Amino acid sequence: MEETTTMAISDTTLDELRELAGRYPQARSALLPMLHVVQSEQGEVTPEGIAACAGVLGISAAEATAVATFYTMYKRKPVGKHHIGVCTNTLCGLLGGDAVYEAVNERLGGVGHNEPTDDGQFWLERIECQAACTHAPVMTVDWEYMDDVTPSGAVDIIDRLERGEQVQSTRGPVIRDFQATEHSLAFPDDGLAGAGTQVDAKMLVGLNVAKERGMSAPGIPSATPAESGQEG
Amino acid sequence: MALTPVITEHWDDPELYTLEGYRRYGGYRALESALKQDPDALIATVKDSGLRGRGGAGFPTGLKWSFVPQNDGKEHYLVVNGDESEPGACKDIPIMLANPHALIEGVVITSYAIRAKRAFIYIRGEVPAAIRRVANAVREAREAGLVGDNILGSGVDVDVVVHAGAGAYICGEETALLDSLEGLRGQPRLKPPFPAVAGLYASPTVINNIETICNIPYIIDRGVDWFRQFGTEKSPGFKVFAVSGHVNRPGIYEAPLGITMRELLDYAGGMRDGRPVKFWLPGGSSVPMLTADHLDIPMTYEDMAAAGTMMGTGTPMIFDDTVSVVKAVTRWLEFYKHESCGKCTPCREGTYWITGTLEKFQDGHGTAAEVDTLVQLCGQIMGRSFCALGDAAATPYPAALKYFREEFEAATTTSADEQFDPVASYVFAGAVAR
Repeated sequence: MEETTTMAISDTTLDELRELAGRYPQARSALLPMLHVVQSEQGEVTPEGIAACAGVLGISAAEATAVATFYTMYKRKPVGKHHIGVCTNTLCGLLGGDAVYEAVNERLGGVGHNEPTDDGQFWLERIECQAACTHAPVMTVDWEYMDDVTPSGAVDIIDRLERGEQVQSTRGPVIRDFQATEHSLAFPDDGLAGAGTQVDAKMLVGLNVAKERGMSAPGIPSATPAESGQEG
Repeated sequence: MALTPVITEHWDDPELYTLEGYRRYGGYRALESALKQDPDALIATVKDSGLRGRGGAGFPTGLKWSFVPQNDGKEHYLVVNGDESEPGACKDIPIMLANPHALIEGVVITSYAIRAKRAFIYIRGEVPAAIRRVANAVREAREAGLVGDNILGSGVDVDVVVHAGAGAYICGEETALLDSLEGLRGQPRLKPPFPAVAGLYASPTVINNIETICNIPYIIDRGVDWFRQFGTEKSPGFKVFAVSGHVNRPGIYEAPLGITMRELLDYAGGMRDGRPVKFWLPGGSSVPMLTADHLDIPMTYEDMAAAGTMMGTGTPMIFDDTVSVVKAVTRWLEFYKHESCGKCTPCREGTYWITGTLEKFQDGHGTAAEVDTLVQLCGQIMGRSFCALGDAAATPYPAALKYFREEFEAATTTSADEQFDPVASYVFAGAVAR
């Protein structure tokens, strides 16, 4: 393997790895978040990143590699600035996700599944069910939701990202970049919990129907009228 | 049957995700009450409520808790399964986004009941928005003395760790989740021993789904009699149904167990353009599909089983007559093939064989003999792997064949896309004119 010094893991990251290892009764439990952290620094999971994790945990690089290669979110070549996911599982795919994927792929020069563009701006991935079927077809940018997309809407998002414009997740914060998201996965208290609209119309549709039709859950049986009328 | 918002009742308050917002509606009152009770009494209450796991299998929650050996001197753990990755399932993520403190309150009560000092909330890594909201709720709760040492001065300690996964459907399987949480490849363990005896770090562990845990504060606060007003004897309570597919108003609908798909469909505004229901799945791609003939069956664990399917995650996907069932099933099998962890040969190899054969049908190149050999192949996979992923992969094809045999037979000469124009099933405006 070619020797490289530019890919060394920083002291800041090493401190974070040690902090994560201390979060669990058994340090090895921290391996998944640790791999997210080294990926957040380097934009991919490199042999150096794996070695850093293994070193902190006192396990072999082979053991850590076995884990890093099992999970789809860890990439072994540079992802680039933005990770673009398009759900093409049955529901999203058949409701239009297939066309969204085709349009995005074409916009990105036919880069294809799980590949980065040459300019280092985008990585395209056909993702599996993203737990947002009510919002199909679903796309993600750096794993933040872009719900209810169309082929032209998806291309527009790519255009705006490329121009460096602000893009707001439909249920989350303004898009940052792939590496920032990876860091948040290990250290999720990133100050963005209240950013954007996270409870949208589709999450409220049943509640609104219930209110329109005067429906509510029954009160506590045998409670006095004053109690049963009380809110929570 | 009327809608009954409970977990979702205050989702229209944009501050519900904060501690202050949650407390507006009696948040953490159940925890105060729980900490004054004996842990065994809490287990008994949840047992009496009849609450069944909302992750898919429907196992009685209180019974699961009671399997943890008490006073054994070992560390106990609560692990909450927030790996929601089942195709079609999209109810735990919304719960975490909208009402994360109900989850945290449930986690602390449950941990106290099973004598666990540590709880882990394992959330799939692909949804940072949910991870962030839950982590924020844990921090707020810790700062308010609701999580951590000596909670509310009770002497009870419960620490909560929010843990991000890294992309693997299999980690939703409880023992694979435990391996993943131990920093290993997420592969299932052979049972027994069950996690209640030897789970995380080989210690007694309860693993519950996000929605299950969110039921706990409401049961403790309002009581067993209140809870049992909803649902049936064998399926008590309410359910956060997530309705997706070709309906006019896809989204979250909370209703008692026992509501029918026809009723949910009515609340969801009916099928788009008034088109007929072709097939639907009550709770994820791993449960057998049903048709328009099954819209009036109560959505309970027992009634769904009697109809030859399962409640699963309670997140119905509904497809209209523009959809190719061959294509739908092929796509699900491609998913199972991708997600098989590789540990058990029948699942690892079987998902390849089923998928490869179905892809031939999708391209119009299946053979008449394969229509039936594929059923036999699925039968060879069913029940022959450590976990349910193999079973799930063997489910969609036989279920589809039962109702749509002619479509698979037609796929011996005509591709799925020739049988059904894919553009017709798209939901966005102008799709047909593409």
